Amino acid sequence: MVAVKETVEQVKTLDVDQYKYGFSTDLEVDKAPKGLSEDIVRFISAKKGEPEWMLEWRLDAYKRWLTMTEPTWARVHYPQIDFNESYYYAAPKLNAAPKTLDEVDPAILDAYKKLGIPLREQEILAGVTTSKVAVDAVFDSVSVVTTFKEELKKAGVIFCSISEAIKEHPELVRKYLGTVVPVTDNYYATLNCAVFTDGSFVYIPEGVRCPMELSTYFRINEKNTGQFERTLIIAEKGSYVSYLEGCTAPQRDENQLHAAVVELVTMDDAEIKYSTVQNWYPGDADGKGGIYNFVTKRGDCRGANSKISWTQVETGSAITWKYPSCILRGDNSRGEFYSIAVSNGMQQVDSGTKMIHLGKNTTSRIISKGISAGRSQNTYRGQVSAHRKASNARNFTNCDSLLIGEQCGAHTVPYLESKNASAVFEHEATTSKISEEQMFYCRQRGLSAEEATALIVNGFVKDVLQQLPMEFAVEAQKLISISLEGSVG
Amino acid sequence: MLEIRNLHVAIEDGSKKILNGLDLTIHNGEVAAIMGPNGSGKSTLSYVIAGKPDYEILDGEILLDGENLLDMEPDARAAAGVFLAFQYPLEIPGVATMTFLKAAMNAQSRARGEGELKTPDFMRRVKVGAEKLGIPQEMLRRGLNVGFSGGEKKRMEILQMALLEPSIAILDETDSGLDIDALKIVSEGVNALRSADRSFLVITHYQRLLNYIVPDTVHVMSKGRIVKTGGKELALELEANGYADYVSDVAA
Repeated sequence: MVAVKETVEQVKTLDVDQYKYGFSTDLEVDKAPKGLSEDIVRFISAKKGEPEWMLEWRLDAYKRWLTMTEPTWARVHYPQIDFNESYYYAAPKLNAAPKTLDEVDPAILDAYKKLGIPLREQEILAGVTTSKVAVDAVFDSVSVVTTFKEELKKAGVIFCSISEAIKEHPELVRKYLGTVVPVTDNYYATLNCAVFTDGSFVYIPEGVRCPMELSTYFRINEKNTGQFERTLIIAEKGSYVSYLEGCTAPQRDENQLHAAVVELVTMDDAEIKYSTVQNWYPGDADGKGGIYNFVTKRGDCRGANSKISWTQVETGSAITWKYPSCILRGDNSRGEFYSIAVSNGMQQVDSGTKMIHLGKNTTSRIISKGISAGRSQNTYRGQVSAHRKASNARNFTNCDSLLIGEQCGAHTVPYLESKNASAVFEHEATTSKISEEQMFYCRQRGLSAEEATALIVNGFVKDVLQQLPMEFAVEAQKLISISLEGSVG
Repeated sequence: MLEIRNLHVAIEDGSKKILNGLDLTIHNGEVAAIMGPNGSGKSTLSYVIAGKPDYEILDGEILLDGENLLDMEPDARAAAGVFLAFQYPLEIPGVATMTFLKAAMNAQSRARGEGELKTPDFMRRVKVGAEKLGIPQEMLRRGLNVGFSGGEKKRMEILQMALLEPSIAILDETDSGLDIDALKIVSEGVNALRSADRSFLVITHYQRLLNYIVPDTVHVMSKGRIVKTGGKELALELEANGYADYVSDVAA
């Protein structure tokens, strides 16, 4: 099989140079001293000008974290992380709390421009191709700007950084923070509780359909700095919001830690659609550098007939450890998880979801597409469970894996648990390779090997891409092609 | 013009030699049929011309209008005008037939340094081509060849041939698995594409197809060589007498 040999050769020489967001921005920064201690937690809280209750919450989390151990059950391998070798706070010095876009350091605006993220409302409005999207831009440890705030306010929607919400809307934050992902949920989530720096806060009042897409763009810029984002989205009765999240980081030789917590709450008849395109720096061909992405994302369908839908396109990070989940508490509530996880080079992905059926007539749907190339390892890990009161719970799971080349791996680890006899769980899984025959057929029609691979892969992920908002789907499709560049002969 | 000279080919791992000094010339506008028993190397010949990677070329050359195809990648050969209608067309799940057709046509025009097709022109050409072959529009929206019947797949091959306008079209047992009605439709499709600057290589077991696609020359293949060449009447003779005269010395 000549083509396979070529693929193998190609993979050997594979470089992750195709990462297009690897630039860094030179800025004067305000940093916390290196390392992690109670003083650092106090430092962060003071920098944020937080109220006492928030500091107490953080300190409590920090104390609990000290007693916890790092989980090792995931199919990922990496050297022991020295948590004292990282910086836990880094903020651009110039005008740390800008009131308007004109006060933001031009170097940061330039960085977002390079990333293709529009921050000027008039530019977005002038744009003919994209529909209106409000953006919260988080740069290292701080939110630098949030657009369309005024317009959203008119609809009653609160969209701001979590730091601002803690000060401006403490009653909402206190009511919901940590109620979906408890402080002691897991090692990384607890660490996040202690040292989280920024992220987004969204509140959609009763009966409101959010008038535009909301999005947060996370950028890690500083060297040796961890990013600990915290996002909280609350959808009151009968409301709806679609939220998008994007992430990139510069190309650096050291591994950097990203440990986020995202909590979603939907009340009766509410719906949250949460989409992610994760493209953190994946490391080089030998696995040097790259982001360690340890993320806890969970949605709580607290009300009846509510719905939470996660869609993720994961192409970056050296290590991905991420399981966006739904707690289906309200009767007739619905959870969805649509995922495309692409791994190349030496990347390791252990990702999936949990669907916890608690209420009656709850339904969930999981569609996972894993694509492995290079020497990467790609694991789907998913849990579906039905509580004894979850009569008529229904789940449908479909996990497909596609292998490119001979040196990568795909793994599927489903956990199914039902305590109610009327629950019905369906699980389908397939693993396939792009066959030599398919490749030859496409090339006989004039497509190059790369074009043929991109076409076959796009066909493979189509079901999930269709779940993404239009502009995002186009972006994601390009990203997948870029991530797989050099993976075929 | 396609010229094959002294072609020696083995399976890639060298375990088995399949073509043993094959010579064949097909002139522009000519329809050549190759007939022969199972295992004589007919399909291998079609794959080697198209550039399938599983074979080792030991000797010889394949020239298309003087250019050596053996130096070219499969996609470059396609752009140079080689088209192979597969005996078993492949399925590409999730890729709409329409998308695939456009990708293929654009890839070939790019490779030839021509501009890409405008979408309305493309749509019109596909619509006209599909109608001639009795391919419903709905099929063009489905994944390529996914869930198509044998006959539908073959018609789709002919549609691709019509759209890609090759200079040499190879039909590898296009008649296999077709009922008589489908055979007629496919043959009419092929006949409509016959022209002075396009040649065909029709590979078949049976004379039946050649009633519909009438060849200019018929070549009998055995043990990886062309052992007899004649006009269309040779096909009838083979139909009557079988291949025994040509393969008798193979038995052992």
